[in-house]
Amino acid sequence: MLVQRSADILSSEITSESAYLNRRQLMGAAGSLALGAMLSSCAEADSTGKPETSGSSHAGALDYSSAEKQSQSGFYTDEAKTPYKDITAYNNFYEFGTDKSDPRKYADKMVVDPWSITIEGEVSKPGTYTLEDILKPHDLEERIYRLRCVEAWSMVIPWVGLPLSDLIKQFEPTSRAKYVSFETLYRPEEMRGQRSRLSTISWPYTEGLRMDEAMHPLSFLAVGLYGKLMPNQNGAPIRLVIPWKYGFKSIKSIVKIRFTEQLPSTSWNKLAPKEYGFYSNVNPSVDHPRWSQASERRLPSSLLNPRRIKTLPFNGYANQVAGLYKGMDLRRYF
Amino acid sequence: MKKYRLLIKAVIFILSLVPLFVMVVAAVSETLGPDPAEALAHTSGEWALRFLLLTLLLTPLRLLSKNSEWIRYRRMLGLFAFFYALIHMTVYCVFLLGLQWSSLWDDIIKRPYITAGFAALVLLVPLAVTSTNRWQKTLGKNWVKLHKTIYICVSLALLHFIWQVRSDLSEPVLYIVLFLALMIFRVPAIKAYLLGRA
Repeated sequence: MLVQRSADILSSEITSESAYLNRRQLMGAAGSLALGAMLSSCAEADSTGKPETSGSSHAGALDYSSAEKQSQSGFYTDEAKTPYKDITAYNNFYEFGTDKSDPRKYADKMVVDPWSITIEGEVSKPGTYTLEDILKPHDLEERIYRLRCVEAWSMVIPWVGLPLSDLIKQFEPTSRAKYVSFETLYRPEEMRGQRSRLSTISWPYTEGLRMDEAMHPLSFLAVGLYGKLMPNQNGAPIRLVIPWKYGFKSIKSIVKIRFTEQLPSTSWNKLAPKEYGFYSNVNPSVDHPRWSQASERRLPSSLLNPRRIKTLPFNGYANQVAGLYKGMDLRRYF
Repeated sequence: MKKYRLLIKAVIFILSLVPLFVMVVAAVSETLGPDPAEALAHTSGEWALRFLLLTLLLTPLRLLSKNSEWIRYRRMLGLFAFFYALIHMTVYCVFLLGLQWSSLWDDIIKRPYITAGFAALVLLVPLAVTSTNRWQKTLGKNWVKLHKTIYICVSLALLHFIWQVRSDLSEPVLYIVLFLALMIFRVPAIKAYLLGRA
């Protein structure tokens, strides 16, 4: 793990302009533009306290290629995007509390720079790497995905990041790697939800995928949204996005990636195995035991226009991913 | 206290309408967030529960203060509990279900938490109807028996709440603790002791 900073340190000291310049000099040429932009954006977000909401031409914007509009890929949808202000003010991140306004209120306590990720298990290049080193070889791209929460609401979000498969290849998993699991930062002093005594989740939060799911082109690691650096409340600095699965599979603020031969245990499945399966593919015909999954409210909704729409199998990505589950009983493996 | 009864009632009445007022203002000014139906359903449900507990608070206050004046305000608080429960149900039907009655029926029979909430509301109806002085006289001793079903209503409402929790139990647990604390005063021995104090 990285060295922890005390919470009372000034945020301006964490990513000062000079630190950003130093880091930029340390970096190689490849990918430096994207990452440099990331870091400068980070400095800016820290100094103002709030991310900017202006267009992608803003100085703090990430450098990325825009979403590929090819219809078969699923990388892009022309559905109306959920506004930035809603994506960043209304979501679940139980590490900061169970109310959907809690992440926005409390996530600024989380220190996301420096950040490192530990790679372990069935992999040729295990170790702890800084985020800068991990991202260096990759170009950033945009994906506009639907996100369907298990609570029956959904959003359309323009993420910026890299394909998960690219990152996995970088560390060369061995042939014994059948699954990949992820772990969220555990730092109760910065994450008040982890201090709650009545929370039944055992921290740190973990999630996992089958290797072929992880290598699927739709599986994505996001470092930003709306062309800007990932806000803390949405899982800064790096999070998973698996658009055909319920939102809780898309684990936030990742500090560990482990390759295993055995099916990894995952947080919600451990907590309520009858309610949350390992796969948790979006499936309108398998209800949550306590509520229906047949429809969803596309946010933002309003009282006069609730935007209640039918939920699609695999969240509308069946053409791309249904083949991964050929021959499987999806009622059993929900 | 008797002298000011009407004034106190007016104040309670107006205060009890404040949550509704706040909800309406928030709805009209669109400050309920990206999922306003959910927000309204949550808030109205929580106020229904709070008013149920306030209604149950008056007997302990009477016992502790040895002053039956408190009971004068019970009917109004109970009716406000019913009022907020009705708003809660209406918000759910109109804004969350979009008046799709078939899905309402599906929910009521298939979703235990909705079954419990719906049952609590249904059981409140006879209590609201028989809350008048006339019904109280007509029913006599049976009125008290009938109105004890409020304990069942609150239990069902709490069940309705706790069954929706995904992981953090703190809020429903707080309400359950309050409910149990209020129920202690209904234990015959405790009630008799408090009544028998000099």
